[in-house]
Amino acid sequence: MTKIAFPQMGDYYIPATYLLSHIYPNDQVIKAPKITSKTIELGTKYSPEFVCTPFKYTLGTMIECLEKGAQILIQMGGGCRYGYYAELQEQTLKDLGYNCKVINLVTEGETNIKRINKLLKQINPKYSKLKTIYYGFITMKMIKYMDTIDNYIRENIGFEQIEGSFESLKEEMLIEFSHIKNYHHLYKTYQKYLKKFHKLKTHKPDNRLKIGIIGELYTIMEPFSNYYLEKSLAKHHIEIKRFTNVHYLLIEKPKEYKKYKKYAKEYFHYCLGADASDNIARCKYLCENDYDGIIHIKSSFCTPEIGAMPIISKIANQYQKPILFFSFDSATSKTGIETRLEAFYDMLEMRKEK
Amino acid sequence: MKDCYLGVDIGSISTKGVIIDDNNNIITKAYIWTEGNPTNAVKKLLELLKKDLPQNCQIKGIGTTGSARKLIGLMLKASVVKNEITAHAIGTLTFYPNIRTILEIGGQDSKIILIKNGIITNYAMNTLCAAGTGSFLSSQAKRLGIDVEEFGDYALKSKNPVKIAARCTVFAESDLVHKAQVGYPKEDIIAGLCKSVVLNYLNNVGKGKKISSPIIFQGGVSKNKGVVKYFKEILGADIIVDENSHLMGAIGIAVLAKKNKTGHTYSLEMKDLKFQTKAFECHRCPNTCELLKIYRNNELVDSWGSKCGKY
Repeated sequence: MTKIAFPQMGDYYIPATYLLSHIYPNDQVIKAPKITSKTIELGTKYSPEFVCTPFKYTLGTMIECLEKGAQILIQMGGGCRYGYYAELQEQTLKDLGYNCKVINLVTEGETNIKRINKLLKQINPKYSKLKTIYYGFITMKMIKYMDTIDNYIRENIGFEQIEGSFESLKEEMLIEFSHIKNYHHLYKTYQKYLKKFHKLKTHKPDNRLKIGIIGELYTIMEPFSNYYLEKSLAKHHIEIKRFTNVHYLLIEKPKEYKKYKKYAKEYFHYCLGADASDNIARCKYLCENDYDGIIHIKSSFCTPEIGAMPIISKIANQYQKPILFFSFDSATSKTGIETRLEAFYDMLEMRKEK
Repeated sequence: MKDCYLGVDIGSISTKGVIIDDNNNIITKAYIWTEGNPTNAVKKLLELLKKDLPQNCQIKGIGTTGSARKLIGLMLKASVVKNEITAHAIGTLTFYPNIRTILEIGGQDSKIILIKNGIITNYAMNTLCAAGTGSFLSSQAKRLGIDVEEFGDYALKSKNPVKIAARCTVFAESDLVHKAQVGYPKEDIIAGLCKSVVLNYLNNVGKGKKISSPIIFQGGVSKNKGVVKYFKEILGADIIVDENSHLMGAIGIAVLAKKNKTGHTYSLEMKDLKFQTKAFECHRCPNTCELLKIYRNNELVDSWGSKCGKY
């Protein structure tokens, strides 16, 4: 029996655990503990100082998983430095004396069925291909449904009438999602919760503030690493629009990227790496639609986003839209973020009033 | 009875307080050092303000701003608690409605606020770095054995300011020591320091921002004539420095308190108030949050720092 684990990001541990435990019924999937201050402390201690912050977070969770007995760790890759995480982290962990294997499912931002087959065999040679395809399909759908509901929550949570009603319902939904039997069951559950969410009472004024959040993918999707930015915006009764989620990254990205490229052709011709060019187009979209402000977040030292930032601030200048840049690091102070966010919120209010 | 409003700006280095009336006239003002103890500083500040307050005035609103705004807001039961960026902008716009750029250098932070048609359009605040702020100047003044208050006059005497590596406080300091040991006159070094503060500010906070006239310069450092001189020289524009430039945040928050009247009358009797904070670390989960419990007259009023919302 092998013990498999993967780094933590947002609520996506639920579909990932679901998939792995069905592909490898005889092996054990270890759930990474929730990200806490200890995680980032561990990650920072063993990472190079100037590496991007997601590396530190994922390394931290990996160490925590290994302490719980994990033998095989699964890491993804992306179109930036993220693509090298797996190899580098494996080496770091081996230097620390852990006996483990890190498997990188996506290299150079591309997935290839042959390669994945080979990698999955490395975990357990006796895995069933048919089952993998079937459960892979269900997992994809689960991610899609989760993201759809998350989008609805983001637009409405700032206006909930009973405090905490959205969050508790979401937790209930996630628990049911982790015990799905088949696709039909999943679909039924999704429909049930969609109705429940729409029934939750909200009070949405017409002159509400709308903010779009763009930026680097890990920081945007893991609330701990952005100091619960969405939560504090919701407390100010703001409607939030966010584009990046796992469904977008896995399925929609290639198609959407072509659209984005055409849409923002005056700003970029070539891919800037990772999500940077997408964010430029999204910034234009937010400026042209009735959004009151834009918040761009990234982890410190994220190279693609650093390249995109001057272009984004130029677009915001052209359209006269307020934009706020945040760079999150393991050493960022919460007070500084709060002060800037409050000032941003006041500024938007003042503009709206005039 | 005359209605008036109190604004308190509790910065890292100094604590400022003003009381204004309905027409935004300053009735009394006070400026003291925070000395790392905001609650004591505010108690002292209120005593000073009360001394000059005419008998027929009653406080109808209290606002707090600055880095200790939340704590003091609880202590004074303030009606408005706002960040210093908004407070500075509101304060300045009350007296200078046409202003376009606000430069602000305080004790521990520096900000730039861009304004168009009376609305904030952009702002920036320094991150993680004390280079180009008041605390840097005051620590260097101590090193050179001069009062910070005299700094400006010394700087104006110099005809040939030395170049000091400006980017970082630590580098600037070692460069300064070197220049002093080589034998440069004091005036030239001080002038060089003032210039380095300006360059630092423009490179750090003012980077990529379009600074358009009219420009106003605020915060404690605006009292330093040397820094003002080099701002004028480098920006090639006139710089307004108000006589109350260091109080602008407090004035702004007082104006905001006036706008958000609650109908309540506040008392300034804080002498006998027991205001305590107790810190402890929670070990329920690996987050180990540092929690702060705040007691007002032995009654728990708030606790901060919890990530899970348990406290």
